[in-house]
Amino acid sequence: MINQGEILQTIKMIDQQHLDVRTITMGISLRDCSHSDIKISCDKIYDKICRYAGNLVRTGEQIEAEFGIPIVNKRISVTPIALVAESCDSEDYVPFAKALDRAAREVGVNFLGGFSALVHKGCTKGDERLLRSIPEALAETSFVCSSVNVGTTRAGINMNAVRMMGEIVKKTAYLTRDTGSFGCAKLVIFCNAVEDNPFMAGAFHGIGEPECEINVGVSGPGVVYEALKSVKGQSLDVVAETIKKTAFQITRVGQLVAQEASSRLGVPFGVVDLSLAPTPAIGDSVADILEEMGLSSVGAPGTTAALALLNDAVKKGGVMASSNVGGLSGAFIPVSEDAGMIAAATAGYLTIEKLEAMTCVCSVGLDMIAIPGDTSAETISAIIADEAAIGMVNNKTTAVRLIPVVGKKVGDMVEFGGLFGSAPIMPVNTCDPTEFILRGGRIPAPMHSLKN
Amino acid sequence: MHAFVTVVGKDKVGIIAAICILLSEKNVNILDISQTILQDYFTMFMLVDASECSTPFAELSECLSALGQKMDLTIRIQREEIFNAMHKI
Repeated sequence: MINQGEILQTIKMIDQQHLDVRTITMGISLRDCSHSDIKISCDKIYDKICRYAGNLVRTGEQIEAEFGIPIVNKRISVTPIALVAESCDSEDYVPFAKALDRAAREVGVNFLGGFSALVHKGCTKGDERLLRSIPEALAETSFVCSSVNVGTTRAGINMNAVRMMGEIVKKTAYLTRDTGSFGCAKLVIFCNAVEDNPFMAGAFHGIGEPECEINVGVSGPGVVYEALKSVKGQSLDVVAETIKKTAFQITRVGQLVAQEASSRLGVPFGVVDLSLAPTPAIGDSVADILEEMGLSSVGAPGTTAALALLNDAVKKGGVMASSNVGGLSGAFIPVSEDAGMIAAATAGYLTIEKLEAMTCVCSVGLDMIAIPGDTSAETISAIIADEAAIGMVNNKTTAVRLIPVVGKKVGDMVEFGGLFGSAPIMPVNTCDPTEFILRGGRIPAPMHSLKN
Repeated sequence: MHAFVTVVGKDKVGIIAAICILLSEKNVNILDISQTILQDYFTMFMLVDASECSTPFAELSECLSALGQKMDLTIRIQREEIFNAMHKI
């Protein structure tokens, strides 16, 4: 029998420490929706999503009510659209994005990910068409998220795609300039993208995944932060143990929700993603955890080490709590979505270079970082290349979600609202990488031995 | 289906009575009750069986929460599994 202290602890975590399930994401294969006629293909996509995900939101709400745990987002990920769209004759893939958007609106989800292409070794015709459609697709839809995988540890980095992505990010920023270039917040450029990630904007339903599945992303930086307050001044061994125990509890909630959702929807359970996903709410910040470990601000020397400890302990605690772990699984460090990161970036303690170092030891990458609107496409491409190189060499997922906010310069703020928060425009190194980017070609896959 | 009803708030006359009446109207069986008063704050835990409940769980939860608001208390109902998941290996 559960004791009273345990009941109160759970309630306190939910009420005061922002414990929630960040997302239930239904992955749906659209591989049977191809057609040479774009209209027929779009209709098939819309019908299939509505058929499979019709009960997703209602089921999520029922689980929320019964267990008393908020499930913040209900989302959908689909087969990378480049694969589905390739057999149609149309050059313009924006109608696919619009069909996805209509379906997302119809079933009531917050976001739908998968306007994506996997181009780590090269582009097919369909991939290229999809890439060229991204800016307009993101500008003309509300719920659709896009991602492009430009590198893997086994294939190296496709620098032609990296070059294109710099231009695509810029164009997306321009087309959505009226909303703080928000379109870029829905676009992720990956190296080593995972196929079962439930988190947006990078979710897609990979080609090795089943027909349909349920993946769940947990959260809970606030709970870890509160737990660490109780071990103030103690050694880092104690800190690591405390994080592990807390991560176990958080993940067990995710596992429970995932199993319930899977059985009620009659869809197999995929994975629980063990990520600490912050929100802009006070007390729900990854930066706070690092500062609680003893740093005066995130960004201080020691930040990378503290983050490495946190990231590893979250995985160690979470792995035992779930039957299947996957997705991105690690601490997220999105600047605009974390009150502590926003404060540190505004004060100048946190720089893009430090964030880049931090991404070597955690999930996922340079995330939700606002930069000056006049940053060149080549510079953005070069930042993408740096981040992809970290992922490629270290055999991990890395990603870039930069927002060159049109009309804003260093020192300005941009407001996105809701879970996306607000961000100070951060300075970017102004040395010019243009010649390097214009070379194109591929960066070969790295050695897997002689590691040093 | 087992669930825990938890009640937290300023102590006053009739808290248990009001909750028991509501649960009985909804055909929810009370299996166990424990309560303490900590610095004037009334804290009660009730283990209930809601499998024969006459309304959907979400509605029962709303009724309890509305009763809580009326009595200036926080009343929750949550299925037992969430506590087991978090606190039992």
